[in-house]
Amino acid sequence: MLENAWIIPTLPAVAFVAIVFFGKRSPGKGAFVGIAAVGASFVASCVAAGQWIQRVDNATGKSEGLAAFTKGVVSAGGAHAVQPVTESITWWQNGSIKFGVGTFVDGLTVMMVVVVTLISLLVQIYSTAYMRGDRRYTWYFAALSLFTASMLTLVVASNTIQLLVGWELVGVCSFMLIGHWWEEPANSRAAIKAFLTTRTGDIGLMIGIIILFFTVGSFGIGATNLYATSGHAQHAFLLAAAVCLLVAIIGKSGQFPLHTWLPDAMAGPTPVSALIHAATMVVAGVFLGARLYPVFFNGFSIGHGGVNAMALVGGVTIIIGAALAFVQTDIKKVLAYSTISQLGYMVMALGVGAWSAAVFHLFTHAFFKALLFLGAGSVSHAAGHSFDMREMGGLRKKMPITFWTFVIGSLALAGIFPLAGFWSKDEILVNAGKNGYTAFLVVGLIGAFLTAAYMTRVVYLTFFGEYRGHEHPHESERAITIPLVILGALSVGAGLVNAAPLGLEKIKDWVQPQVAFPHLNNAAFDYPKAILSVSIALAAIVIAGYYWLRRDELRAFRGLTERNALARSGYQFLVNKYYLDYLYEDIIVDGIRGAVARASYWVNQHVIDGVVNGLGSGSTRIARYTYDVIDQRVVDGAANGIALETDRAGAEVRGFQSGHVQRYALVLFGGVGLLSLALFLINIH
Amino acid sequence: MQLNEFLILAAFLFCTGAYGVLARRNGVLVLMSIELMLNAVNINLVAFSAFTKNVSGQIFALFIITIAAAEVGVGLAIVLLIYRNLHSPDLDEVDQLKG
Repeated sequence: MLENAWIIPTLPAVAFVAIVFFGKRSPGKGAFVGIAAVGASFVASCVAAGQWIQRVDNATGKSEGLAAFTKGVVSAGGAHAVQPVTESITWWQNGSIKFGVGTFVDGLTVMMVVVVTLISLLVQIYSTAYMRGDRRYTWYFAALSLFTASMLTLVVASNTIQLLVGWELVGVCSFMLIGHWWEEPANSRAAIKAFLTTRTGDIGLMIGIIILFFTVGSFGIGATNLYATSGHAQHAFLLAAAVCLLVAIIGKSGQFPLHTWLPDAMAGPTPVSALIHAATMVVAGVFLGARLYPVFFNGFSIGHGGVNAMALVGGVTIIIGAALAFVQTDIKKVLAYSTISQLGYMVMALGVGAWSAAVFHLFTHAFFKALLFLGAGSVSHAAGHSFDMREMGGLRKKMPITFWTFVIGSLALAGIFPLAGFWSKDEILVNAGKNGYTAFLVVGLIGAFLTAAYMTRVVYLTFFGEYRGHEHPHESERAITIPLVILGALSVGAGLVNAAPLGLEKIKDWVQPQVAFPHLNNAAFDYPKAILSVSIALAAIVIAGYYWLRRDELRAFRGLTERNALARSGYQFLVNKYYLDYLYEDIIVDGIRGAVARASYWVNQHVIDGVVNGLGSGSTRIARYTYDVIDQRVVDGAANGIALETDRAGAEVRGFQSGHVQRYALVLFGGVGLLSLALFLINIH
Repeated sequence: MQLNEFLILAAFLFCTGAYGVLARRNGVLVLMSIELMLNAVNINLVAFSAFTKNVSGQIFALFIITIAAAEVGVGLAIVLLIYRNLHSPDLDEVDQLKG
């Protein structure tokens, strides 16, 4: 399976084509085809994961395989470096440059394909219930399949060109799915916004790829990483490439300041939001950072400590995302800002040299964020298709499965021991402190506090108190609750993959590349810091819970925004999302519409039109000269001359063609006679 | 018998035929002249066959007689059509292919 990893993205791609052409007539209106394909893909991914683990264990001299994992045996340092499995064929050739297409399979790839196919499978099963009766039900499943296929193409890519192809396809699919209900102008606007905002980042990716190609001389991911880790890499080029690729990450993974598309992307169906936020699309950016990590590591000199762009972007995003989550009334938007904040953790982790922590957080976050989104979808599905938390409340008794899984997801997100989020978030914080990034450790702790607090608010508003809506909420059906339960179990257990105090460091052993990778100091588990972060999260939950439960008694805070100008302006600042949308839409876009439009009109009229007119009249003059001299005299002269000569020659010989058979016969005999005479004269001697 | 007499006879017949083909205006006479030329060739073939004691020349002569019969059939049909269209067997009037 490691050599034939191309099967994994191919299956959903085939499903896409099959659903588009035969979906409406197939059983389940295309849903079964999509589920079967991604299910098969998931099985193939698991097989690949098993084989990869076997390969790593063989190389490190351990033969227990998975048994070692269950027993919790600490692996000794690898005796042999495990090489990634690369397969590639030439796609097309341009001069001496070969453009390949193939698969690059290592631990990171294997982990990603398992996560992507698993989440996609659960989302598709969930969608059969959630999207029932939708007017574009079949097309929806086709688009989901293509989305999964694109993400898998990106993940297994063996070169940056293929990665770019997958990256753009993911963008297109997210555009289609966010705008799935395009009849609402707001939805199609959100789709366009998501597409254009991420395109801004894509330009960075393209330039970055080009810089890397001319620096390295190859598009190959393995070759790029080898070059970046070799001692003779040119630092200036690596820095330029890293900056460009960071722009791509900012665009795709919703980092500050290009995060504004992510909350609007909530316009799509909820399962799509789960897919976008957990498995595809936004994690593509973090994956890019992890895949080409040597470029970032050496480009930004991460090993030397100090502030770098990557950590800074991540750190800023953690805080602004978390702060915005407080003022949202739409449950999905809270989760969207939460995703932005958590992606900030991942990018920051990459920026502080905590590669395995970032990848680990990506892994665990996929499960609990998918769980939270699907839970929110379950709530709205039951409660009249509204996402407004002001119309919810008191759903705890009415939908127990959704409630408990949602609470588990929230606790995992808040980083409460021993759920998945605790292990990964803690590892990021410990590594940030260890590698000399104390400021980012503090940022991470503040983020942890805010995360726990806003999730408490969401859980309180949705599930506690009195029901404020006008529907009759009920527990969702099994196609919805079963994925929730599976994801709930994973949100509890996924953290054990890399639970350092228990001796499990499988992300480091299995996922972290052993060749062409910078030497990283993975920090050991640190009890005081872990206790500190859990206490902060618990304190946040207690404070927020106390505030919401005893809101009426806390007179001091009630109406604070009405009485205190500072609090009001702060609240307004958050409600208006730091005015970034105004900056982008009113100032930048309108600026372009206004002043820049006028300027470009002037340029149009005077410069471009002048050039065009000049070119036009010049062309006319040249054309006239060509017509007079070349066309009329040379070409026509030649043509007419040839015709005239032919005519004259024809007139000369036409007498010969008398039409009289006997004259022809005379010529025939005369010719034979002449030839006979010639023969006679030659042989006469 | 000498070979020469036959060759002279054949040459005379051939020349007569050639003259007829080139000079006569009547289509039927032109066909008959062609027959003369063919028979001149037949005489040559048979004479050389007898002279060299080789029978293949006579077989060639038989073939030529057969083909001449077919040729006269086609030729007479053409002459008949010319006569029907032009009301004259005169070949000088057949010049529709004039360039």
